[in-house]
Amino acid sequence: MLDLLKAHLPEGSFEAAESLDGMTTISIPRERLVGTCRALRDIPELRFAFLADMIPVDYHTREPRYEVSYLVASLGVAGFGTAPRRLRLRVRVPGTDPRLPTVSEIWPVANWAEREAYDLFGLTFDGHPDLRRILMPDDWEGFPLRKDYPVQIKAPVKTYEPLQVSAEEFVANVEAARERARS
Amino acid sequence: MPEYEIPVLTTTVEKMVQWARRSSIWPVTFGLACCAIEMMAMSASRYDIARFGAEVFRGSPRQSDLMIVAGRLSRKMAPVLRRIYDQMPEPKYVISMGACASIGGVFDNYAIVQGVDQVVPVDVFVPGCPPRPESLIYGIVQLQKKIDKQRSFA
Repeated sequence: MLDLLKAHLPEGSFEAAESLDGMTTISIPRERLVGTCRALRDIPELRFAFLADMIPVDYHTREPRYEVSYLVASLGVAGFGTAPRRLRLRVRVPGTDPRLPTVSEIWPVANWAEREAYDLFGLTFDGHPDLRRILMPDDWEGFPLRKDYPVQIKAPVKTYEPLQVSAEEFVANVEAARERARS
Repeated sequence: MPEYEIPVLTTTVEKMVQWARRSSIWPVTFGLACCAIEMMAMSASRYDIARFGAEVFRGSPRQSDLMIVAGRLSRKMAPVLRRIYDQMPEPKYVISMGACASIGGVFDNYAIVQGVDQVVPVDVFVPGCPPRPESLIYGIVQLQKKIDKQRSFA
């Protein structure tokens, strides 16, 4: 598996990482993430066309603080690689500059996964088309799954209206929906 | 003694209103978590809350008298709960069902409201995790007793 990757990916774009469960794991420098991912998806012998999951981890007090794991799969059916394969990619992100490039151009499923990572860990994805909170309320303060976030907060519960639409906006929304239905 | 009796009962308007209110408590459908399963079991034939006149779960808050908050309420859901409560016509009642709705339960964290009485006024708290249907029926009977003591025409 690693030999296959070495044969097809350019020098320096990845290095083998340790893996406790036997799954092939490679570590990618943050700057080369997009290029390597695109190559993994597009090279016919590899064709890792399926991003199964994306897992940010916060190793607080260690540096680099964050580590993002991408689990990708090659299906091994006609047009999707030569054999079924799974691969784990790791990217380390420093706590002082928690940014990394988006892969939502390569795997569209990464769109919401990256929004979740932004929502809960505060990782900023450069080039993401729509980086908003996805689980927590829009005006939430802080990033709850960071290790230095307090688990129990005693803040008062907000009960104001989360979504307030004016009469004009409501009519415009209905008109737009009708327009979409017609076309 | 007259030869026949006129079939008439006399009572006060107040008692009549109390009787009507407590005998037709219509809950709004508001299941949030696993407690909702017990709430559904309560309304189904085995436990049959219809015996107490409270079986008609309404899909619209505007036709409801009672909100059973069944499950943990997240902070994001709190404004929604409040809005549905505000849409219910008076008189309206709230039962907080289960440990999570009452005090947060095991979810003592940033995302869950630690007691729905921070959001809406609660009439009856039903303990349990989740409460059995009998417990919830007991809670509704307690609510009926409470309604019976309400003075509408004081």
